[in-house]
Amino acid sequence: MHIQRHFDRDIEEIKAMLLRMGAMVEESMQQSIRALLESDLAIAEQVIANDDRIDQMEVQIDQHVIELIAKMQPAAGDLRFVATVMKITPELERIADLAQDVCERVIELSREPTIKPLVYLPRLAEDSQTMVREALDAFVRGDAELARKVIRNDDVVDRLTEDSFRALLTYMLENPRNISAAIRLTFIGKYFERMADGATNICEMVVYLVEGRMIKHEHA
Amino acid sequence: MTAKIRVRDFDFYYGDAKVLHGIDLEIPETQVTALIGPSGCGKSTFIRSINRMNDVIPDAHGEGTIEVDGKNIYAPGTDVVSLRRRVGMVFQKSNPFPKSIYDNVAYGLRIGGTRKKQELDETVETSLQRAALWNEVKDRLHESAFALSGGQQQRLCIARALAVDPEILLMDEPASALDPIATTKIEELIWNLKQSYTIVIVTHNMQQAARVSDRTAFFMLGKVVEYAETNTIFMNPKEKMTEDYVTGRFG
Repeated sequence: MHIQRHFDRDIEEIKAMLLRMGAMVEESMQQSIRALLESDLAIAEQVIANDDRIDQMEVQIDQHVIELIAKMQPAAGDLRFVATVMKITPELERIADLAQDVCERVIELSREPTIKPLVYLPRLAEDSQTMVREALDAFVRGDAELARKVIRNDDVVDRLTEDSFRALLTYMLENPRNISAAIRLTFIGKYFERMADGATNICEMVVYLVEGRMIKHEHA
Repeated sequence: MTAKIRVRDFDFYYGDAKVLHGIDLEIPETQVTALIGPSGCGKSTFIRSINRMNDVIPDAHGEGTIEVDGKNIYAPGTDVVSLRRRVGMVFQKSNPFPKSIYDNVAYGLRIGGTRKKQELDETVETSLQRAALWNEVKDRLHESAFALSGGQQQRLCIARALAVDPEILLMDEPASALDPIATTKIEELIWNLKQSYTIVIVTHNMQQAARVSDRTAFFMLGKVVEYAETNTIFMNPKEKMTEDYVTGRFG
């Protein structure tokens, strides 16, 4: 006899909350890229202002999950679900913080001489964004295959980070007046790379959720 | 891992009704093995087969083998009394005899012919100590067992089972009628006892199985659906049916 469980509603609710948080994080990331590429300070300010809402979301989800553990004592797939959520939310929150960091550097860059054209950084940013989006998709669909694909893409992002740094280095060597802006842009590259790392961590948890296997540190 | 109990293709019938179907299990020595499953799945029938408690039921019989230390306990000529001495049992409802605490624990020894007071005293004390009851009753050993609380009575029954020095302890829902504190005491006791005894426990409380056992067998409709390390059963079961059961989707 199959039983309708209250638990399933809780799980759906937590999933919905996590997706709302994920959408907000993706939005911040996208806006931070726009702020960077279009030097749009208004958007940058907006991303910084929105970060509080994402932080609150994290706290809400945590509370909900802890309540669920206390009352329902989840097992098997339920247990892996709550464990996964508890590990994913901080990753999302950190990605949002990094988007905020990007925007802070964008604001600082507005006071520096500009360095153009940026070749690798836009690709790096977009690839990272795609990874975060696909990581969330993999979680929602319980798709371990997609999760593994995202994890493999992390190498591409790491290479782009390095390429971006080398390109910026040539600007610095060319003209010391570029150094300050180039360093800020190097930071930004690193932030996007860290966002992609967040997506990788999320995907490792998706594999755990689906298969019960911890693949963390296996693919180093 | 040494198998203390080895069950091979074991069937059990009440009259014509087959209630256990081809059970194959190896129960390791000095570990706790939990049997879980919905009501009527056969887990109690199975645990009672391990010391032939089902023999007393008319028209009931088993087929296949259950070996304890490599010897089939259903072989003709098996001494059932000595089997039950080696394979003790504790039931859901504590069932002390209407006797004193002391006489309850000494009962098995006296039946076995022990008369020496010193030997009885020693066994009663060590058994009560092993059952984590000694400190609560040492000053009133000659009071009626019925004066004890439900949790204490259950530990008294465990002490009584331990007094005849068994190797295996079967526990059929030993804590289901107890409050949370008494339950915790029984669970702690199980943890300590497994150093010296092989324990098989039937429980409806899934969290209890998760807490106390090393291995878990999930029974369903008289069959073992999955038998694995308890961690596997509760974190990553292989069978969908097990998953549905431990997550409460199925009952």
